Amino acid sequence: MKVKEILETMDYGEAPESQDIALEWLKKNNAKFGLFINGNYKSAPRREFFETRNPATGQLLASICQAEQKDVDQAMQSARKAQANWRDIGGNIRAKYLYALARLVQKHARLLAVVETIDNGKPIRESRDVDIPLVARHFYFHAGAAQLMEKEMPQYQPLGVVGQIIPWNFPLLMLAWKIAPALAMGNTVVIKPAEYTSLSALLFSELCTEAGLPDGVLNILTGDGRVGEMIAAHPEADKIAFTGSTDVGRKIRVATAGQRKELTLELGGKSPYIVFDDADIDSAVEGLVDAIWFNQGQVCCAGSRLFVQEGVAQVFHKKLKARIDKLRVGNPLDKSVDIGAIIDPSQRDAISLCVENGLKEGGNLYVGKNKLPATGCFYPPTLITDVDPASPLMQEEIFGPVLTGTTFRTPSEAVALANNTRYGLAASIWTENINLALDIAPQVICGVAWINSTNQFDASAGFGGRRESGFGREGGWEGLYGYVKSCHSPSKPLDKIEAKKGKPVPEKAEIDRTPKLFIGGKQVRPESGYSYPVFSDAGKEIGLVGHGNRKDIRNAVEAASSAKGWGKTTTHLRAQIIFYIAENLSIRKNEFAERISAMTGRGNESATGEVNLAIDRLFTYAAWADKFDGTAHGAPIRGVALAMNEPVGVIGIICPDESPLLGLISLVAPAIAMGNPCVVVPSQPFPLSATDLYQVLETSDLPKGVINLVTAKHNEIIDPLAGHMNVDAFWYFGSSGLSYDVEKISASNVKRTWVNQGLKRDWSDNQEGEGREFLRQATEIKNIWIPFGE
Amino acid sequence: MSLPKSPTPIIRNPGTALDLDWVFAVQANTSAIERRCKSLPARRSVKKENQAAWLLKAISCIDLTTLSGDDTGNRVRRLCQKAKHPVRSDLLHSLGIQPNSITTGAICVYHEMVSAAVSALKGSEIPVAAVSTGFPAGLSPYTFRVGEIGESVKAGAKEIDIVISRRHVLSQNWQALYEEMNDFRDACGEAHVKAILATGELGTLRNVARASLICMMGGADFIKTSTGKEKVNATLPVSLTMTRQIRDYHEKTGYMVGYKPAGGISKAKDAITYLSLIKEELGDRWLYPDLFRFGASSLLGDIERQLEHFTTGHYSADYRHAMG
Repeated sequence: MKVKEILETMDYGEAPESQDIALEWLKKNNAKFGLFINGNYKSAPRREFFETRNPATGQLLASICQAEQKDVDQAMQSARKAQANWRDIGGNIRAKYLYALARLVQKHARLLAVVETIDNGKPIRESRDVDIPLVARHFYFHAGAAQLMEKEMPQYQPLGVVGQIIPWNFPLLMLAWKIAPALAMGNTVVIKPAEYTSLSALLFSELCTEAGLPDGVLNILTGDGRVGEMIAAHPEADKIAFTGSTDVGRKIRVATAGQRKELTLELGGKSPYIVFDDADIDSAVEGLVDAIWFNQGQVCCAGSRLFVQEGVAQVFHKKLKARIDKLRVGNPLDKSVDIGAIIDPSQRDAISLCVENGLKEGGNLYVGKNKLPATGCFYPPTLITDVDPASPLMQEEIFGPVLTGTTFRTPSEAVALANNTRYGLAASIWTENINLALDIAPQVICGVAWINSTNQFDASAGFGGRRESGFGREGGWEGLYGYVKSCHSPSKPLDKIEAKKGKPVPEKAEIDRTPKLFIGGKQVRPESGYSYPVFSDAGKEIGLVGHGNRKDIRNAVEAASSAKGWGKTTTHLRAQIIFYIAENLSIRKNEFAERISAMTGRGNESATGEVNLAIDRLFTYAAWADKFDGTAHGAPIRGVALAMNEPVGVIGIICPDESPLLGLISLVAPAIAMGNPCVVVPSQPFPLSATDLYQVLETSDLPKGVINLVTAKHNEIIDPLAGHMNVDAFWYFGSSGLSYDVEKISASNVKRTWVNQGLKRDWSDNQEGEGREFLRQATEIKNIWIPFGE
Repeated sequence: MSLPKSPTPIIRNPGTALDLDWVFAVQANTSAIERRCKSLPARRSVKKENQAAWLLKAISCIDLTTLSGDDTGNRVRRLCQKAKHPVRSDLLHSLGIQPNSITTGAICVYHEMVSAAVSALKGSEIPVAAVSTGFPAGLSPYTFRVGEIGESVKAGAKEIDIVISRRHVLSQNWQALYEEMNDFRDACGEAHVKAILATGELGTLRNVARASLICMMGGADFIKTSTGKEKVNATLPVSLTMTRQIRDYHEKTGYMVGYKPAGGISKAKDAITYLSLIKEELGDRWLYPDLFRFGASSLLGDIERQLEHFTTGHYSADYRHAMG
């Protein structure tokens, strides 16, 4: 077009970034890539290869090797071989490698950005200005983490070999999120990039070679989901970290069950975007561009559910539609394009199908008037308003540029709508009222909340979800704990602990003591109507306890769920109550000691010691209740990212069989100190210490439902308790070796689990039996991003 | 072929009644606005002939300005010649643009220089704009300020750039600001009035947004950021804030109000960013001199150098282009 014509149209014209350097790099590799194992590229003829294409053009980019079981074995073994040395060279040397990687990423920034864009279809502006700078930032941050590890985390050691599986939406950024903290903490890695987008990982392997990273520290296996399954199930992997869909995450939870593997899952989302009527409306509209049209909406934390307060909804939607029409959809390499290509035609079809099916349930559709390219895989920015909470459009993750929404009337209704979902990843809250913003942010179930902003990321602040969005945090100090274990982690196998046997003839008591369960602050009879006897070491029946079943668990979870207000009480009050429990237990010290002696046959000294330790531990968590502070992260914004410790929710706890009182207190005290109501199943062979506690709890001002005790057979109760959708975390420390069942059944709602993996923990030891690990298990970190500035 | 004139003339904004409910509902979140502004220059890239065309467009929107204590009639005449011939003929020729077809949007001077400018521009269609009302501080006696407008109009100024009383904004005296704007507008008569907010002195973007709206309600034809004399002049966040108010005012009243960022825009690249901000936030109709102006003195020089680079492929030097 001629200059004078352009003066009439004032078009932007084309501003394509050249892809020559990327194509040259592909050519240099003959457009064929093998596996990166032990510092070498492994490729052989007659292997299975798959193709990777540019989704914007359909152009074939390269053939990539499909890893097989023997490759996974080899990669895992080389990682294992490299790990001890990688750990032992120390934090400073690891920091130097990570620093070198950060510098290399910056040095090759444009090549990485172009490769990412042609492989993934995301706009070059995003890969250039968002993805790659964040990758570099992640390596810088974690170079520092490596440097500080020995000094700041002296009680921790690496996990060992880590298997990592990452998605296609932010290929290199997710690689950085995964490997940087793992390597910093002294682990070695086997990582699988997504099948659609392996190229930037393969290019990154060249940077590792350039940095002189020791062989085997990082191994890259390409391939489809089969390779992911092999990694997840591999016995050499001490941890699996996965980012991807909730469905696959659930499968990985099942596949890794009982294998003594740590697990981090960063899964799907349907994050709320809440606009109050006093918000800066234009800025909130603009925010949606970064929320749902960033990366074509293929973002796990995309603000995909729009809730606008009724009074401003009409204006808001009108402005939003106008804004949608201004978005430029097209060639991702064009620097003036806002929305690039959808990753694959199958994904585009899935988006279409979601929208089509969803609209049958109602909703007003607005499709942007944007010009789409004639060829390639594109989907227009789409808004669907007046969608009811029941509609699949509001429930299912669409993973595309489709925003669905409805209106709300009051702040509490906004929270209710926001939380009416299986997911809990992120939230955006728009209001000019600081009271409102800081009231809503803690109430929305999520791991990240953005005030008057959206999709803010930084290596210094943890990211991760709750509910079916997964568990674990990536980034910040909190993320580092996902890649270490305590130097005092248990390693010896559990003792087998059997209930004492005897004849069911009760010792005569003056007045009969009826065994009951403790649910909702009341002593209630078990639903089954059955009891079972408990025998002393000498074979005498010393009491009966209720035989709790599914229905008792249902009732207990309901009671615990109604007691969630406990998490909103002041930490001072929680501390006072836990001190008070200790006080009341102390009054009855002798009685509890005698009971322990009678049940276990241990001498009086040992039993008294256990009670004393239990009282000590109550003091410890009363002390912690108002001292486990959150942090203010120094994220690179003018503002602050507040990492707040929130209760996990309802915690199901199966207590250790040994140490019938101390074990129970060691788990329940941190849980309630951090604000979690819990459903507690006591030691199966020695349950009377728990039933004796009812009266202590009743006299300690503990609100009803905060602690619910259900005596039951552990093997019968795991299914209803671990499977319960309203239980948010499950801790198993029984001696029946049921860790596998707990982890597997917990996949139902992807609840957090903490299990003994058949290993023995010394509850009387202050390193193993208490401390920050317990507090971390009892809390979820929510990062609330609060930008400043008027 | 000459440059496109405005497609259809706009209807002047007559102003509206003061609507304080509307004013108080206006919010401006600084961090969010800054975030948008940070990504804006990277979101839109204009290259090659498109860039050349956009730069010519920018020239047609420049209020070529001299506001110095040492201005003289001759100095102003020289500037007016530059306004009439802003780009070397050979460059225009290679761009396929007829020489003499492109001028700057206006000449902007102090009152005392108006008559010199008017006579120098005789025969052209370039209007003379006068800064007024006790520019730049706006603290001379009220009757003098109103009277100054009349004098400049009488001297031939077609556009009057008034300065608002910043104290009315800082003390949230919206009624007073509205009345002041009304009076200034009345005093302008047929001349168009640009309201200079002196945004660098208003403290917050929220104040900028609300003052923008009041001035439009008071009948401003343009709202303008700065006198060029404040410590901080035109910025992207201020521009985004003001253009969003223009957009809302248009949506609610149907009247189109122009926008003039002034001070500190001296690079061709910045001019492109501003034009893309206008295109994105307000639309193509605002990309004409009747609705958009740059208040600038050194911007033109950089654009000329860029245009030479485009036509010859070689980076240019300032002495190759006539000074104003």
